[in-house]
Amino acid sequence: MITKFRGKKITSMLGILPETVGLFDDEVNNYSFPPKQTMRLKKIMGYDRHRLAKDTSTVSDFAVYGLRYMLENKWIKKEEIGAVITVTLCPDHFVPHISNIVQDKCGLDTDVMCFDIAQGCCGFLVGLMQAFMVLDHTDKKVLLINGDVLSHKVSKKDRNDYPLIGDAATITVLENGGDDEIYYEMHTDGSRGKALIIPAGAFRMPSNPDTGVMADLGDGNFRSLDNMTMDGSEVFNFVQVEVPPMLENAFKREKLTVDDFDWFLFHQPNRFMLQKLAEKAGLPQDKLPMNLVENFGNPSGASIPMTAIFNCRDSLINSENECCLSAFGSGLAWGVVFMNIGKLDYCDLIESDL
Amino acid sequence: MNSDILSMLEEIKPEFDFNDSEDFVMDGLLDSFDIITLISMLEEKYSITIDGLDIVPENFSSLDSIANLVVKSGGKA
Repeated sequence: MITKFRGKKITSMLGILPETVGLFDDEVNNYSFPPKQTMRLKKIMGYDRHRLAKDTSTVSDFAVYGLRYMLENKWIKKEEIGAVITVTLCPDHFVPHISNIVQDKCGLDTDVMCFDIAQGCCGFLVGLMQAFMVLDHTDKKVLLINGDVLSHKVSKKDRNDYPLIGDAATITVLENGGDDEIYYEMHTDGSRGKALIIPAGAFRMPSNPDTGVMADLGDGNFRSLDNMTMDGSEVFNFVQVEVPPMLENAFKREKLTVDDFDWFLFHQPNRFMLQKLAEKAGLPQDKLPMNLVENFGNPSGASIPMTAIFNCRDSLINSENECCLSAFGSGLAWGVVFMNIGKLDYCDLIESDL
Repeated sequence: MNSDILSMLEEIKPEFDFNDSEDFVMDGLLDSFDIITLISMLEEKYSITIDGLDIVPENFSSLDSIANLVVKSGGKA
């Protein structure tokens, strides 16, 4: 789908991190590979440290923590909020939904529209579209919550996935205003969806004692059917094949070049994949932050706002920025958005005790 | 070039004899992370940039296929 929106803007962004830091150096011996081999990946992939939520902490905990921070610090008033949209792969429960829990715990009015969307890597872009559409029907503000605690679903003995996963949430405030046009493009190929999958735990394969059995399925990593598993080669190849032409065609369609953008704020799978993508698409690496995995881990759908907050905070507060946002991964799905982000009212990254 | 590449492979996976394999990937000598490590070493050694679209198993199946990839990417022996 390719479409455009007009007159919508982001006015604040908040990132919420857990306080626990997992160090790659400490985890090397968890994996069934020689430590020397594993350590070589540190620089190449950008593995260094990642944030890990407590076993008892959920996405709603991070969202409530963040929204209370915003309310207490007068970023927003309760009566200004028209909708809460949560995008996550990690629901607290199948029912009720996280947005409803947030509405209750933060004391929002009952006329606030609340709904959740299940999305992973492209969660910010999918959430943006929903927020834009809701804004067509309200003068109030929309809160877009992106968050995941995927460390709970990744085996600590899985070198493919555990070093790069990070837990976090973001809250983005959107509202009507301005006259800027927003370019929006999203693609899906469900036939390749099993490249990134949590096989058990929902209705197709409910969790049971058997699905929790850890085993090496042939690649040297120990995981169970309850754990997330990723075919790294398939995902890498998918990104290299699909994303560069999507970007090139979008630039042509909009008569833009890479020089027209201040920032390329992309999903953060790992440093190697982003470097290869930047090389292939001819993107300037000084405008494309690649450092989220090494500082916090990849927080799935929260990766783009986290990247923006961590790397571009001052720029986003003090000036207008032409941004190219791109996400790619679970689904499989890939997309790109061109939008101006700037002169934000508030932008911050906070640490919770969750 | 092949002997240099063999040295890199033996550094990455000293437990394997690469001369005994007809397909490094199919025989399980190299996994995707080994390939990434090898790419990093090749790019540094030969001052090249390997195209992301060329990072497919068939380009890492033998010493000759890896050497061909290096040459294709602008590397010289």
